[in-house]
Amino acid sequence: MSRVSRAAWLYITAVVVAAAALVTPRLTGSMSMTWWIQLVVLMALFLICDSTPAQLAARQSAWSPSSAATLAAVVLLGPVGAALVGSVSVLSPRRKLVLAERVFNGAMYALSGYLAGTAFVALHGHLGVPGFTDFPVIIWPFAVAAVVHVLTNQGLLWGMLQLIDGDARPRRRIRLESSLPLLLVSDLGYAALGLVIAALWYVMGPYAAALVLVPLFVARWAMGQFAEQQRAYAATMAALCQAVETKDFYTRGHSERVSRGSGMIARQIGMRADRAEAIRFAGMLHDVGKLGVPTKVLQKTGVLTEEEYAAIQLHPMRGLEIVREIGFLNEALTGIMHHHERIDGRGYPMGFAGDEIPEFARIIAVADAFDSMTSTRSYREARQIDDAVEELRKGSGSQFDPALVDAFVAALRRDGWALPEPPSAPLDRELVTAQDHDDPTAPLRVVETF
Amino acid sequence: MTARQPAERWASWQDLDSGRLLLLAAAGMLVVAGFAQTAAVKVQQPTTAVAFGCLIAFGELLRLALPGNREAAPIATTGALAYAMLLRVAKQHGNLPPHIPALQVIAVTAVGMTLGALPHIAAGRSAGLTGMASRLVAVGCVAFIFRPFAASQVLNAHRNWWIAFAAMALMAAVCWLVEAVIGALIRADDLGARFSVALWDEMRALLPLGVAVGASAVITVFAAEVMGLSELAVFIGPLLVTQVAFRRYAGIQATYLQTVRALARVTEVGGYVESGHSRRVSRLAVAVGRELGMPELDLLDLEYAALMHDIGQLALPDPIPGGATVLVSPADQRRIAELGSDVIRQAGVLDKVAELVRCQSWPARGHDPEPPVGSRIIRAANAFDDLVGGSTDRDRTTAALERLRLDTAAEYDPGVIEALSEVAGRRLASRL
Repeated sequence: MSRVSRAAWLYITAVVVAAAALVTPRLTGSMSMTWWIQLVVLMALFLICDSTPAQLAARQSAWSPSSAATLAAVVLLGPVGAALVGSVSVLSPRRKLVLAERVFNGAMYALSGYLAGTAFVALHGHLGVPGFTDFPVIIWPFAVAAVVHVLTNQGLLWGMLQLIDGDARPRRRIRLESSLPLLLVSDLGYAALGLVIAALWYVMGPYAAALVLVPLFVARWAMGQFAEQQRAYAATMAALCQAVETKDFYTRGHSERVSRGSGMIARQIGMRADRAEAIRFAGMLHDVGKLGVPTKVLQKTGVLTEEEYAAIQLHPMRGLEIVREIGFLNEALTGIMHHHERIDGRGYPMGFAGDEIPEFARIIAVADAFDSMTSTRSYREARQIDDAVEELRKGSGSQFDPALVDAFVAALRRDGWALPEPPSAPLDRELVTAQDHDDPTAPLRVVETF
Repeated sequence: MTARQPAERWASWQDLDSGRLLLLAAAGMLVVAGFAQTAAVKVQQPTTAVAFGCLIAFGELLRLALPGNREAAPIATTGALAYAMLLRVAKQHGNLPPHIPALQVIAVTAVGMTLGALPHIAAGRSAGLTGMASRLVAVGCVAFIFRPFAASQVLNAHRNWWIAFAAMALMAAVCWLVEAVIGALIRADDLGARFSVALWDEMRALLPLGVAVGASAVITVFAAEVMGLSELAVFIGPLLVTQVAFRRYAGIQATYLQTVRALARVTEVGGYVESGHSRRVSRLAVAVGRELGMPELDLLDLEYAALMHDIGQLALPDPIPGGATVLVSPADQRRIAELGSDVIRQAGVLDKVAELVRCQSWPARGHDPEPPVGSRIIRAANAFDDLVGGSTDRDRTTAALERLRLDTAAEYDPGVIEALSEVAGRRLASRL
């Protein structure tokens, strides 16, 4: 949310005004001392929960368990109290937030808290610390209040995401949708905690808030570990792929860029987040099997013998052999194995055509050829992006899936493409390959044996 | 071949023997006693029993594989622990503390766990008897300690909740400790680890989940005072969130290890090393490390380093003939180790592993600074595997060990070699 457009500011103002107009007129009623203590404790709970959100769903849709505090306030304090607890979100200790975000979050949580509280009261939910006469009747108004809270929240957030940062919009929308079920489950799960806090208040007073924090913090610790491990994992995989590439001077960084290109296409065609993640790994690993091709074949200038060509054609299978045991990669495996198939059926290793070729493989094929053409090779300079796009279009329908070529070109326009640094001079003659099996403009030449 | 079969069967029985059998026997006795008592005096507060039994069954259904080949069922443990510490349930028995005998807690837990395990068995997964038994024993300990006090006025949540809270926190700690001790006994037995090291590992590994389970059980007990049994339906939401968080954490760790294992094989496919070499070296290195009493965290680093110890060879234009690094000059060995270490360091998160790989080429003595023990282990395990390969031949193993022993003066660490021959000897024995 770095650039906040005028429309976004208007939207934020509207939400703030709505929240203020609903809450301020009702602030006047005199409240007891207990009410204020409960308010302060719940505000503190809200801020602690908000400090580092537990990223339960997709990486980007960070969602914090703070709504447990707002919903406890719905029961203990009523609509106004819930709105006030939500509004402390303005003071959130998360450092990365800009002013517009803080103001919006505060107004959003205040509004959703207020509406949830109103729903709770309208359905005759008993306000104040619930006793055992209130259960289980109180569960129904509370459940409705929780649903109202979650829906208002997600609705207002969705509206905001539509307005901010025009460029990033499609990306954000996809992420939000992809994790929506998981997001709603975690929302409602934490919301249920609000009722438990209210009930525990009867037994242990304000300490209820502290006790509830314990499992929350453990869950957050686990999610933190998860995020850390995931980063470590991606970094390790990238490092190992680079190790494979060191063998060939000119293709360094190739797997990383193919991974990026495949990710761009996946995003453009609106692929689910988990599949988009898998295809980035597939792009990263697509040429691992090249290691099984003898160096002298890769370095050979001129015409290849049948055997040598067969060795090159085998590399997708060798790649498969290596990564087959990585359990989660199921769909990515098909992408690695078939990334040299052609739409017209003249590719390898299986000679699949059209829709027989798995989607992952068709995507990788486009990104793979594009990166090969825009990188320098020992036998030619790197092509310009426009030339390479032209070549992709030429192969569209014969070598590549036309829809995916279009998607890639659109993604290129939107995100741009960072070209690899042109290599200076190869340091070591031994590390130079003379041909590139990925380059559609310079097909491998094979000896005709009959 | 046919003559060997009974011996093998006997060997597999021996796996189940000792610690595991003792645990199953203890759990079995508890269950029998629980059922006998419950049948004799009728089920007390049957509604509560059914509600908690269902929660336990549901939790057992959602088992969790934790890092390091551990199994947990946090929701089931929470339910069973809360049932063992239950004080009063609103609307259930006229505001009196429930009279639930400890043996009934065990019976209800056992029934719940069995019901939850049935779908696992139906789906062809293992029944997880060991895990269930250890959870049952842990909860049983808590029930036997806590139940006699449950009716006393001291543990009245309305009069002085903090005494009840302190008592329950203590019980949660007992539950965690009992599970850790059982887990450590079994692991020490299975893997040949030292008990003290295994216990420390187990306590550390189970701590986060133990804290979450303990706090959730206390919340369950206190909330039941007000909300009655409807609380179980409400609180299941937050419990599930915690469960999902742990599942993802455990999942990514498993994926990580799997991926490193798979990618370490690129050296094999490229013809740089003999097939299966990195995996054998890593298995051997971990076994030796365990023999030397290394804690689990270090063992994981050691496993990664051993898997990737030859990755530096990828930078060589052509494979070393036969792939055996033990046969090339020390200068080349050092270069391969350093190239490999650079590759791993690029990941930015495995610096310890990179260091282990870098120092593997150093002789164990007379090098300044001294190589870390992990590197010495990898060096020895690598040399051993280069000499023996996948072979299980007794003479070849003995000859290789003899050769390594002769080199011990400077090349290899005598302690590591002793541990290595211990491990190799055990392997030969298990194959007989």
